[in-house]
Amino acid sequence: MSGPEQPPEAGPDETAGNLPARLGEERLNAPVVRRGLFGIQDTPDTSGYGLLRVHKALPLDSPRPYGSYFDEVADALGVPDAIERVVVDRGEITFHVRRERLPEVAVKLRDDPALRFELCSGVSGVHYPEDTGRELHAVYHMLSITHNRRVRLEVTAPDADPHVPSLVGVYPTCNWHERETWDFFGIIFDGHPALTRIEMPDDWKGHPQRKDYPLGGIPVEYRGAKIPAPDERRHYQ
Amino acid sequence: MSEMPHAPAGASDAEASEGRVYTVSGEDWDEIIAAANEAGDFESGERIVVNMGPQHPSTHGVLRLVLTLEGETVAEVRPAIGYLHTGIEKNMEYRTWTQGVTFCTRADYLMPIFNETAYCLAVERLLGIEDRVPERAQIIRVLLMELNRISSHLGGIAPMGLELGATTIYTQGARLRERSLDVLELITGLRMNHAFIRPGGVAQDLPPGALEAIRVFDESGRRLLDQMHTLIDANPIFIGRNKGIAYLDLQGCMAIGVTGPMLRATGLPWDLRKSQPYCGYETYDFDVPVRDTCDAYGRYLIRMDEIEESLKIMQQCSDRLAARGSSDSDPVMIQDAKIGWPAQLSLGPDGLGPSPQHIAHIMGQSMEALIHHFKLITEGFRVPAGQAYAAIESPRGELAAHVVSDGGTRPYRVHLRDPSFTHLQSVAAMCEGGFLADLIPAIASIDPVMGGVDR
Repeated sequence: MSGPEQPPEAGPDETAGNLPARLGEERLNAPVVRRGLFGIQDTPDTSGYGLLRVHKALPLDSPRPYGSYFDEVADALGVPDAIERVVVDRGEITFHVRRERLPEVAVKLRDDPALRFELCSGVSGVHYPEDTGRELHAVYHMLSITHNRRVRLEVTAPDADPHVPSLVGVYPTCNWHERETWDFFGIIFDGHPALTRIEMPDDWKGHPQRKDYPLGGIPVEYRGAKIPAPDERRHYQ
Repeated sequence: MSEMPHAPAGASDAEASEGRVYTVSGEDWDEIIAAANEAGDFESGERIVVNMGPQHPSTHGVLRLVLTLEGETVAEVRPAIGYLHTGIEKNMEYRTWTQGVTFCTRADYLMPIFNETAYCLAVERLLGIEDRVPERAQIIRVLLMELNRISSHLGGIAPMGLELGATTIYTQGARLRERSLDVLELITGLRMNHAFIRPGGVAQDLPPGALEAIRVFDESGRRLLDQMHTLIDANPIFIGRNKGIAYLDLQGCMAIGVTGPMLRATGLPWDLRKSQPYCGYETYDFDVPVRDTCDAYGRYLIRMDEIEESLKIMQQCSDRLAARGSSDSDPVMIQDAKIGWPAQLSLGPDGLGPSPQHIAHIMGQSMEALIHHFKLITEGFRVPAGQAYAAIESPRGELAAHVVSDGGTRPYRVHLRDPSFTHLQSVAAMCEGGFLADLIPAIASIDPVMGGVDR
């Protein structure tokens, strides 16, 4: 009687493979986003958390059904190849759109009778220096007065090629908002009629709301103690 | 980061020498006209470029308008902003979530309570505590927002009169506005920059005498409002300057992203308090005033009507607060030791500070309370990673906070979607082709506040 075939002599590597997986082990190869509990590098960390390593989380991708009106919007929007992933979080839906397809998606959102997102609340830039290859995010919030719904679009661009198509042709309100995002984050909106600085002086160097741009400030002395500038204070993570 | 070549500030030599440059220093208009006549600038039909502002009494703040004039007609107008940029959004990234309130309240300084509420609602959504904010705190928030709506609308209407040369409109409006600020000061301690709305509730309960002050304000407010209606509504000069001026229809509003009284002046009753209620607005009884004139006069009437609606809501708030009675078992801050700010302030012999009961509690009774107090005050609370967008109906339109968290004790990014910023884009659509004189009521009818525009 032949029993189940015995596996050949297991090597050390395969033995390790038979061990139960440890929780979160698959993320150990992900890049480290930060170390320790405090944002301090130059002085010793006596908190006991100095060896803590936090790995980058996987990008979220919500499965269907999304709930609420989100499924209807996603169905009406279609264009699955233009949307990288969909995140439903805290009662808000985010469509992560491929940047080259953004105007097409925006036109559909505005004109499709089932969508009718007439109002764009403008652009908000976010800079994630650790998110290699997708450092710059442009976030759009759309409002449909017809259906009383909101959605969020998010596009990304690498620092090396900070180009995103302009939405001024679709939503003229994006004009100043895109100028502001260029001014503060350095995202170049291709096709914008006059992409110039809006808040900072015309001859300003750099883009102040990027994470690699310092806040500035000087230490303040108060009752003999010197309080460092806000961006040099110890902070908690 | 791309390196930009350093351009010299101001106009270059070529720009300055192209065309004739007149320096206007005030009270020298006759000389300039004489010089322009002599040079033949008027006969040749040349356009004159005028920089109006940034320090001009009728641009409603440090706003600069680059005007191209053909005689008295505005051929082109380009608003230039940025004179009041203070980096509020950037600064908030370096403070705790609670400290952020102190910064965002300074953005649009005529509606500080709204800035705070929008930000706090976004933070509360990120924390997932929207349903756990105490009802008393929500009532106080609504009360303060409506009080602030009144002071903000008066801060729009009164200077509008001043900019048209009508001092009485200003003094009437300012008189009522002072009273609303007095009540705000009584409740929050300050006339502006309150930092009173906090994530999880409000900073303090109402002080004794607040409900009585609101009742007195309500009475005097209605009386002064009636006087303003009598003074302004049918005034032929005011009507002449405002009726049919600064026309922007629904299509224009949608394209430019205009909301608030300007949108409601096109006949669309869009008010987030009704359509996407927050802070319990669905439980209050009020109307959304609408006009269909699309002009500056319609916007003025809507603002006046909204003041009355706000008085109505405030009345309901103070009735509810009066019915709830004493506040000992009725907190104004979320009952969560890891989020809610622990101490209620009280006035002691050495000034304002945490209440003696709280000090006795943390120093004598509960080690855990002491730890929570210490952690909340030194490092603040952590907010789970993610992003939220909370929009509210401010006096000027949709004010929203887009808040991003990386899971830490400080905001990763805060963006205030300010209505004034968006609405100023409509100046060109409303004013080009009109008279220069009509530009003034047009700007005033937008009611932009540069603190919010520039942040």
